[in-house]
Amino acid sequence: MLRRRVIPCLDVADGRVVKGTRFVDLVDEGDPPELAERYAREGADELVFLDITAAPQRRGTLLEIVERTARRAFIPLTVGGGVRTVIEMRDVLRAGADKVSLNTAAVADPTLIARCADRFGRQAVVVAIDALATGPAAWEVVVKGGRERTGLDAVAWARRAVELGAGELLVTSIDRDGTGAGFDTDLLRAITSAVRVPVIASGGAAGPDDFVAAVRDGGADAVLAASIFHRQIHAIADVKAAMAAAGLPVRLVPQAFA
Amino acid sequence: MAVVDYGAGNLVSIDQALTSVGADVRIVREAEAFRGANAVVVPGVGAAAPAMARLDRRGLTGPIRAWLAADRPFLGVCLGLQLLFEGSDEDGAETLGVLAGRTVQLEDAPTLPHIGWNQVERTREHPLFEGIDDGADFYFVHSYAGALAAIDPEAGRVELARTTHGRSFTSAVGRGSLLGVQFHPERSGRDGLRLLRNFVELVRAA
Repeated sequence: MLRRRVIPCLDVADGRVVKGTRFVDLVDEGDPPELAERYAREGADELVFLDITAAPQRRGTLLEIVERTARRAFIPLTVGGGVRTVIEMRDVLRAGADKVSLNTAAVADPTLIARCADRFGRQAVVVAIDALATGPAAWEVVVKGGRERTGLDAVAWARRAVELGAGELLVTSIDRDGTGAGFDTDLLRAITSAVRVPVIASGGAAGPDDFVAAVRDGGADAVLAASIFHRQIHAIADVKAAMAAAGLPVRLVPQAFA
Repeated sequence: MAVVDYGAGNLVSIDQALTSVGADVRIVREAEAFRGANAVVVPGVGAAAPAMARLDRRGLTGPIRAWLAADRPFLGVCLGLQLLFEGSDEDGAETLGVLAGRTVQLEDAPTLPHIGWNQVERTREHPLFEGIDDGADFYFVHSYAGALAAIDPEAGRVELARTTHGRSFTSAVGRGSLLGVQFHPERSGRDGLRLLRNFVELVRAA
């Protein structure tokens, strides 16, 4: 049976892992490949790098850390943040990423999803949806790190993105992100009921119970979190133990990673 | 060991994974580079038709067929396995036809693509899986898989393992020196590296 995945997300700026509150007050947390390898050893099922480098001319730095990571951590790597063209996606895949996550650029030009899926296969195309609650059971897509509203209904956009070629959706509740209030399971359920592709839940994790709820109540295939792992509030193994205890299929953490 | 680059995805991972278990890897784009190699690895993700077109354009289709016909050591990974079948339902592509059967969409899959870690249940013992628990988790990312032709009396012997997502499908094959896996050993942590090390050792012993 397909395991439910636990995915640490690393925010990367200028080639370093950073942490901060919604892109401000960034603190240097170390070398991305080194942290990636540690997470792989601790049982991460996959990794996501979110590139928040402000200056586009620094893209070369990102490609270099993607390659160093692919050479050290033998688990899948998704890279998101700032990919706007088929050529940029090609470069990130060539550097050693398995999947690329498209967000703002896909909203601005939805054909980008189809063009990337045609070229690299839909399994390589993740569409990230940042959703803002606007009423009971209503969510609007926001872009540019949550700063700009789009008028798009999040569930309708999810369906559209999949029709265009998204092989996976990364759904972030902007209301919950960074709050530790738990995942928005209503949002997750609305989207997982509307599409057949795997959905990664993001935004709001505080503890292992939230991961269980994202899968059991939200129908998510995978659960992503950043700060609770970086700050070592919870270990990946603790999260997986809670999921296993709730009867969810998880990949057990290897005892020794050779 | 020649790893074939035909523009179908990430080669860094397979290169690094094979190198880390002791293989001397060369990334090759043309058939002349097969000369002197003791094994050929065809990786890749995506659809069959563009992959076959790129192999043809680089003049690699014939040499790969000849390599397989001579039963020389070969490992197909994901799309690299699917291309060994006769054709693909994904886009109607005619593929190498070295294995009897077609590449078909996973049936009754609860989610598609099938992305993530799933159990590889062995149907026949093979040194490729030496030291790896039966039912160990490997990483998959695909929507289609090769289905060995049921009427083929060889089918049962070619299949090495099955995996279930919706219905079960063939996730590893072996016939002589030809080996193929639908999952990604280069992305499957410790067990993936062990499988690749087993492959490297099989090649050395060949």
